[in-house]
Amino acid sequence: MTKARRARARRKPPSTYTPAPGHRFRVGDRVMIKRAFPPGHRRTPYYIRGKMGVIERICGAFPNPEELAYGFDGEPAKVLYRVRFQQRHVWPDYEGPARDLIEMEIFEHWLVPASGRMPTAKLTQTG
Amino acid sequence: MSDTAFDYYARKKHDHDHDDHAPVAGQDSGPPSQYEIMSRAMQELLEAKGVVTADEIRRRIEIFEEDFPYRGSRVIARAWADPAFKARLLKDGKAACAEMGVELEATRLIAVENTPDVHNVIVCTLCSCYPRELLGMPPTWYKSDNYRARVVREPRAVLKEFGTVLPDHVALRVHDSNADMRYVVIPMRPRETKGWSEEQLAEILTRDTLVGVTVPRVPAKP
Repeated sequence: MTKARRARARRKPPSTYTPAPGHRFRVGDRVMIKRAFPPGHRRTPYYIRGKMGVIERICGAFPNPEELAYGFDGEPAKVLYRVRFQQRHVWPDYEGPARDLIEMEIFEHWLVPASGRMPTAKLTQTG
Repeated sequence: MSDTAFDYYARKKHDHDHDDHAPVAGQDSGPPSQYEIMSRAMQELLEAKGVVTADEIRRRIEIFEEDFPYRGSRVIARAWADPAFKARLLKDGKAACAEMGVELEATRLIAVENTPDVHNVIVCTLCSCYPRELLGMPPTWYKSDNYRARVVREPRAVLKEFGTVLPDHVALRVHDSNADMRYVVIPMRPRETKGWSEEQLAEILTRDTLVGVTVPRVPAKP
């Protein structure tokens, strides 16, 4: 690292995103949300279970809400991702344009790698 | 209220049949709910143990109602005025807010930017997660089942009900604020606001524009 780069790194305010060491997925990976219906407090909306999307960003590691809800400490923390989906895939009768998207946060243990064909043509666009 | 007005209302009150409208219930009428009892008991215990004082709790509520609702407009006005700040806000919302003395405490903030090609709208389908530290308490419609269920399924129809008609060439992105992140929309800055101060810009950055159900408008010159 050059001296100038070191100086820049020092000036940089600390990121408020929590680190997510050992995350399983990377930005741009295609994933499927598990189609599972366990009882209890889950932050994975029903309507997205079984749907396929693309990792938009890694938010960090957060205490597991499924444990926190019952008075446990939420450890070990789970990696949280933002996943981007095509509306026409999520709602087969969606009436808006194909470019409409829906994005939400999904914890790693709800994600599996998606294989085969999937409706992600518009999902990998940047921005 | 003058005495005359008081008499008028007093007379009115006894002029009609009391059964023709529902009683106007105060929030403290009827027995307290289980949660009210729990919350009250917890506060009393914390006060008794010297952890918090009643005045600190009152102050906190006051901040929620008097300070928080205006912070979002100030932050986004800065983003409009200063592109470098906007870039930092998009990269790490909480850190950028802290630069202007807006401490978000627990909140991790993701700012999403409207462009000529993209419009963003925020919802929490699971409950009512909302950037309270930037916008204050969420409006009733934000918490309603109607908004939460429909804005993910038929967002263009819902926006239209708010008076916002999106052309088909604009991609609509719905953000379900379902876990640990909170969201704020950076609307497009109207061209007519060239040269405006941040204070002026903040005026048109209303709550609804920062949730994404509408867009900022410059009032017509009188």
